[in-house]
Amino acid sequence: MGIFTQRGIKVGHNKRTSSIQPVRIEHCETVTLLMKQHIGVPCKPLVNPGDRVALGQVVGDTDAPLAAPIHASISGTVKRLEMIRVPSGEDVQAVVINTDGEMRPAENLEPPSIGTREDFFAAVRASGLVGLGGAGFPAHAKLRSAAKDANILLVNAAECEPYITADHREALDKGEAVIRGIRAICEALEIREAIIGIESNKSDAIQKLKALSTWHSSANLKISVGVLPSRYPQGAEKMMIHTLTGRVVPLGKLPSAVGALVMNVASVAFIGRYIKNGKPLVSRTVTVDGGAVHTPMNVRVPIGIGLEELITFCGGLDSPPAKIILGGPMMGSASPNLETVISKCNNSLLLFTRAQAELMQESACIRCGKCVAGCPMKLMPCVLESAYRAGDLETLTKRDAMGCIECGSCSFVCPAKRELVQRIRMGKRLLREEEAKRKEAAKA
Amino acid sequence: MSEPKNSETKKSNANPAPNNSAERPAAPQVLPQVLVSTSPHIRGVRTTRGVMLDVCLALLPALAAAVWYFGLRALVVTAISIASCVLLEYLSRKIMKRPQTVGDLSAVVTGMLLAFNLPATLPLWMIPLGALVAIVVVKQMFGGLGQNFVNPAITARIVLMVSFAGEMTKWAPPLDGKLRWATDAVASATPLKVLSGGEMPTESLLDLFLGKHGGSLGETCALALLLGAAYLCIFKVITPLIPGFYIGTVALFAFIFGGFDWHFALAEVLGGGLILGACFMATDYSTSPIHWKGKVVFAIGCGLLTGLIRFYGNMPEGVSFSILLMNLLVPLLENLTAPKAFGKEGKHHGKTRKAS
Repeated sequence: MGIFTQRGIKVGHNKRTSSIQPVRIEHCETVTLLMKQHIGVPCKPLVNPGDRVALGQVVGDTDAPLAAPIHASISGTVKRLEMIRVPSGEDVQAVVINTDGEMRPAENLEPPSIGTREDFFAAVRASGLVGLGGAGFPAHAKLRSAAKDANILLVNAAECEPYITADHREALDKGEAVIRGIRAICEALEIREAIIGIESNKSDAIQKLKALSTWHSSANLKISVGVLPSRYPQGAEKMMIHTLTGRVVPLGKLPSAVGALVMNVASVAFIGRYIKNGKPLVSRTVTVDGGAVHTPMNVRVPIGIGLEELITFCGGLDSPPAKIILGGPMMGSASPNLETVISKCNNSLLLFTRAQAELMQESACIRCGKCVAGCPMKLMPCVLESAYRAGDLETLTKRDAMGCIECGSCSFVCPAKRELVQRIRMGKRLLREEEAKRKEAAKA
Repeated sequence: MSEPKNSETKKSNANPAPNNSAERPAAPQVLPQVLVSTSPHIRGVRTTRGVMLDVCLALLPALAAAVWYFGLRALVVTAISIASCVLLEYLSRKIMKRPQTVGDLSAVVTGMLLAFNLPATLPLWMIPLGALVAIVVVKQMFGGLGQNFVNPAITARIVLMVSFAGEMTKWAPPLDGKLRWATDAVASATPLKVLSGGEMPTESLLDLFLGKHGGSLGETCALALLLGAAYLCIFKVITPLIPGFYIGTVALFAFIFGGFDWHFALAEVLGGGLILGACFMATDYSTSPIHWKGKVVFAIGCGLLTGLIRFYGNMPEGVSFSILLMNLLVPLLENLTAPKAFGKEGKHHGKTRKAS
């Protein structure tokens, strides 16, 4: 039944920035460090306007467990603290630093000494690492929660979103760091098997990682490369776990329920680098692409760089952007202006021309079933969408709207151009509100 | 319990105290030409119009065959059918003050399919009547494209059939590509009629396959219809599930109940409207199940009903009635065969497979 059950969709790759190494931005005028670049509790600024800060110095932290500290990504002077509205609509406090042009590193940056598992978690927390693939879940919290159950580490280098090649370059250029990261994680969590999952369209990275993983495998730790079909959304955790291990994550559960720990390849490579040089998370690779930008490329940027400065680095704009997307075209968020900054979990900045940004008018559902065939979670998007429009919470629950991973495959394939995932998202919100109401009522 | 107090606190939230206001960001500037929307930001190239156009293209070989066998009148019947469907679609949207949808080409598809279900010799004034049933009664009155619960063209055919039984079953014998206006409207028996009389049709199986026999203008040439269906399958407009299971079920039924005679079974498959019905009418999106399991059940149901009507019913042909009946069952099938969400079964837990 393979042809009837093959899920996911084919999306044009548009990965034209994969052939050259990322270019590092050496000089950056200003960075704006958001105090919330992760899922969880926002950090509190630890510096005041006028303070001199060094590269890698902690400028924001909190006692809350679900958070990761923020480090200065350039050296210079704190200009001001301000509130910034991020594309998600949230208002977030930010520390603005003006460069002194020196990139002077902080004095206490040393490789962490790791003896126990707890040391490892503490080191990962101190490094400021959050999931670099886009979700931004604090890495130490993820590792800690996975420690008990995980028996396999899956390194996510699928990069199934169009345009983005940042992870592809990471896998290709930082293969050694990836392996070092895998070994560190597996050692700390006593995991004996690791698979690097990578889509078949990245043959150079597959070759390199295959060679490295064979070389570094041992009796205690088997490292291998799993080639994934180039089908969106293979990089989604649950899809990847299924393809690589055959395990099915129960609906509504986390990967740890089947003993899997999935980490983005850039996060793993970062851990590999961090345990060697102790340099916290102050920069990341960002793919800048889209028809409006002059030179599409991968850029190694200091975290917190403004979009305007980044675009200038990429040769400026060829035409005024009609859509500004942080993240991939399938799951990224659109920004209304260029006043936003790159945060830890932004893997890409896309500047679309009018032709690229134009969306077609919605028309009636013709019940072609493309959304159902394409849904990686085996949901019925068209049914959920009409249930949302009817306010039919019963159908939303019965047909598992909460299982939607919001990958956008349904909206992509819909010939009637219906806003399927958009409305399912709203439907999930309705369900969550309803659930909250019920809990409230139960309490009273 | 204290309404005024609540509204006051709300107000004070809306107008923050002066010491807070310094920290509040100014309303973000929206660049005038920048679009903001939620993801996904790109869409596939397939459109409703494209899908309909594909179906029209897939019907063209059969139209050519119709002209070859039944003369230019077949083309005129098709043209009138398409024109009346499009015009009625346009008018009903206009009168109902709904967004104009005539550009999606679905009315063209309905027009072509309706014509294919009519004999080439049908009096021309009956055609708009059929279009009225298909477009206005069946499709637009129930909300337009995607909302109709029975197939418009099939319902129209059935209405015409019961209204004008004589005209609708006067089959002209086929011409042989001599491009003429029309065949003489002599009543000739269709292969199915002969079959239901317990005899083998006079045509060879090859003639049946090529369409050289009496019947509705678009249903006779199996070769052309299958070519069109293959085109639709290759470009993933339809899946081969419904045609395959429908035709397969009828063939098996005829083979078993026809005394295990494959010649007879093939004549049953090729002699009537089965190929047209299975490939182009039963696969109609609006009136067939979405999920593949539902499609299989739907197709087998169509096949069984067709066999039952042909063998034990009063009529020689049962394709349109079986599709109509199964159309009515689609909401039920849809409910029974809805896919289980990924991870809901929970039967694979812990099973491990080695990565390649």
